[in-house]
Amino acid sequence: MISLSIDITVKQGHFTLSARDSAPVEVLGLFGPSGSGKTSLLEAIAGIRTPDRGEIRVGERTLFSSAARVNLPARDRRIGYVPQDALLFPNLDVRGNITYGAKSSEFDSLVAILDLGALLDRRVTMLSGGEKQRVAIARALMTRPSILLLDEPLAGIDRGRRDVILPYILKIRRELHVPLIYVTHDESELRSIADRVLRLGLQDHE
Amino acid sequence: MNSETWAIARFTVLMASLATVLVLPPAVAIGWLLARKQFPGKALLETIVSLPLVLPPVASGLVLLWLFGRRSPVGQALDAAGIEIIFTWKAVVIAMMVISFPLVVRSVRAGIELVDRRYEEIAATLGAGPFRILRTITLPLASRGIAAGAVLGFSRALGEFGATIMIAGAIPGRTRTLAVGIYTLVETGREETAWILVLISAVLAFGAIYVSNRLLDQKGQA
Repeated sequence: MISLSIDITVKQGHFTLSARDSAPVEVLGLFGPSGSGKTSLLEAIAGIRTPDRGEIRVGERTLFSSAARVNLPARDRRIGYVPQDALLFPNLDVRGNITYGAKSSEFDSLVAILDLGALLDRRVTMLSGGEKQRVAIARALMTRPSILLLDEPLAGIDRGRRDVILPYILKIRRELHVPLIYVTHDESELRSIADRVLRLGLQDHE
Repeated sequence: MNSETWAIARFTVLMASLATVLVLPPAVAIGWLLARKQFPGKALLETIVSLPLVLPPVASGLVLLWLFGRRSPVGQALDAAGIEIIFTWKAVVIAMMVISFPLVVRSVRAGIELVDRRYEEIAATLGAGPFRILRTITLPLASRGIAAGAVLGFSRALGEFGATIMIAGAIPGRTRTLAVGIYTLVETGREETAWILVLISAVLAFGAIYVSNRLLDQKGQA
């Protein structure tokens, strides 16, 4: 359980994303239609995208504050970010990807929880969509992040085969107690996983 | 092939290899800067880097001759240190480096620009600093562009004539390369030997183009 406090504005194209939420969460569902800025919000939390103004706090740590002129670089934030397309490093094998951020003692337990034992020496280009997501989740969790951001983990996977990833996410929630922010545009997904939902809408600022 | 033509071919390949190895680190650094960073004077740097590509090589050679000559501060400093450049093999390498530099930078830059920046951003969220990201992600993913640049630079160095003749001359057994050799042999009426050098140049050029095309073909398959 960690308290996450977001109050930011990100301008992108014709839209302004304003998100405001402050509550202790285990799993925060982030829900909104395509183009509502879900990914931008995750990127802002991870430190990849700089908000125009506002404040982001995780627990006691201020990651970004335009008022206090704080903008912690991504490498110092300890935010685990799993993008929609996993973005595994194509020049490294599965093991190289998982251990890129840290060679922590968690390796064995993460490999067990996410069922990656048979994949460790594979090239990442040979993996299925669900396998890529699991490797990306393990890679992010190795750094012991204070929060894990999942951007539509089921988007690249056939509807009928979604059970290849959802049980693993529930297992992480149960066994590792890492707070999650879970992004989706499918409300039914959120019912099975999130304990709070933040809805993003479209705001045209012109 | 007699021992003279063999020696010229070997000398040229050796000098071009050395020039390629020495030109890669600065070309990778500048290529990365141009591909990834915004800074004041970027347009000026781009222009200066491309200059040897557009300038007649003989003109670049004259600039180098002045730079390493006794009338420039650089030449005086080298002279004081007892280092001789002009009309030595070192001048051959420098001429090759300067002329091939823009081609290598362009290829490296294009290779780095093809690397999806989001890989670098993900690496940063995993705690990697800029130098580690460059070494473990950007350069490995740009390796084909860098390798293609090296082959291109090597080929250009093999055929270098204008700048070489200005600062290295055509001293047999000391600074005579394939391109310079072909010219001086024809000048001195030894056309048959010149044709052998042409043949060697053609074989080397063929090999270099073949390798660089192979590298570029595989680009999409990473």
